[in-house]
Amino acid sequence: MSPRTEERLVKVVLWAVAAVVITILLSIVVHVMVRGIPSVNLTFLTEMPRRMGKEGGISTVLAGTLYVVTLSLFFATPIGVAAAVYLAEYARESRLVSAIRFSIESLAGIPSIIFGLFGFVFFVLYLRMGWSIISGALTLALMILPTIVRTTEESLKAVPSSYKEGSLALGATRLQTIFKMAIPSALPGILTGILLGTGRAVGETAAVLLTAGSSALSLPRTIKDPARTLAVHLFILSHEGISMEKAYATATVLIVSILALNSLTTSLLTRFRQRLMQ
Amino acid sequence: MTLAIKIATKNLSVYYRQLQALKYISMSIPEHSITALIGPSGCGKSTFLRTLNRMNDVIEGSRVEGEVLLDGQNIYSHGVDVSEIRKRVAMVFQKPNPFPMSIYDNVAYGPRIHGLKRRGVLDEIVERSLRAAALWDEVKDRLEKSALGLSGGQQQRLVIARALAVRPEVFLMDEPASALDPISSGKLEDLLFELRRDYTIVIVTHNMQQAARVSQYCGFFLSGEMVEFNQTKTVFTNPRDKRTEDYITGRFG
Repeated sequence: MSPRTEERLVKVVLWAVAAVVITILLSIVVHVMVRGIPSVNLTFLTEMPRRMGKEGGISTVLAGTLYVVTLSLFFATPIGVAAAVYLAEYARESRLVSAIRFSIESLAGIPSIIFGLFGFVFFVLYLRMGWSIISGALTLALMILPTIVRTTEESLKAVPSSYKEGSLALGATRLQTIFKMAIPSALPGILTGILLGTGRAVGETAAVLLTAGSSALSLPRTIKDPARTLAVHLFILSHEGISMEKAYATATVLIVSILALNSLTTSLLTRFRQRLMQ
Repeated sequence: MTLAIKIATKNLSVYYRQLQALKYISMSIPEHSITALIGPSGCGKSTFLRTLNRMNDVIEGSRVEGEVLLDGQNIYSHGVDVSEIRKRVAMVFQKPNPFPMSIYDNVAYGPRIHGLKRRGVLDEIVERSLRAAALWDEVKDRLEKSALGLSGGQQQRLVIARALAVRPEVFLMDEPASALDPISSGKLEDLLFELRRDYTIVIVTHNMQQAARVSQYCGFFLSGEMVEFNQTKTVFTNPRDKRTEDYITGRFG
């Protein structure tokens, strides 16, 4: 085969692979949206679910999702960023550090149902938190922690050492250099990690089902109340055959919010880079 | 003519793990002058420079023996505030390293780190520093724009302005012109002449002509040793050591 034909062939193969990936994504999104969009309207978003979700909307479910996800970020972000700062800026390669790294890698690979089981036994039963927003949020926090730690660590390590040296050479302490130089420079990466984690948390079903409860359809008032998230609602609507129409509508809302989250991440990153290159 | 000594090293040695990178350097750097350090790559001149504001501390496995006296005080003695030393002894690196923020924020970085918050005062410091670094006229209309958009020569002057903003006494420059084109490099040399009046400058350079042009004192390093240190004129016209002569006439290096 001549190098030119080879080149052309590789191009075609790569193009085909890219096309397959895009087609898969599009067909899922289209499949869901075609069936879901007709039922999504303002009333659907603002009304409470009635008759187990067979009728009405998803207002309380949206609120439940917002509460659980926000609270889980509230726990996971500071711990995750702090751990990443330690790993990237302070830790020297030692056995303890390899142990920490190994734990984070493993944590990332554990199936979510295991997190759910752990959350159920530990938070719901042992700590007597019951099926509640707090139990669900803590469980999700554990689950998204590795994502936040890893992306934050990577982006901190990607900050050129010349920046850090420059800062130290001006008389900044190590801590000042981290907070005024390294973290601001790594912010887009850190934000991406948090948003990726958010996406995972929003879409998570098994872990939430076992910890935040599934039957609650009223508006949660405190973090000790149970809550149903979009993903759980969708699972129950379809699994128990309550209403496929509402299930698709819920799925549409779920997909749109995750797509919105992703494009928000991308546009924030682009804008940040553009601002730097002015 | 006797000049006040700004920095003196006494039997200064640096080790990277087992390797001795600097061997018993004793040198006196006069105040308000430009001292050039020359020598082939890997001779220890950059290592020497980095000991003068303790930037070697950052490198894992490095160890310093001997003394570095700044105005007579050993900066390696116990209990010395490293931040304070680095504030007094500024460093400019080979590759311009503006921070990924606006021109203004770059210059204000140091003063802010050291606790200054008032906008009016910061404005003044930023303008004064940029003027002193001969950059003000080129950037005064785009202070809020990113520093990464400046040319290499402008970036290097910005880095100098950033250092000026913390009011240092000494400037250490590690091949500051090696990444610049001849015109930018010329501007930088003009700037060095200006700065010499108020600051003590130590510059590492690979460029013999540059060393001869800008410096009053010159040290020649080879394999971790300081072979010769004298007035630049003497080093270039009448070197005491055969190795110095070989190097400056281009026989090796």
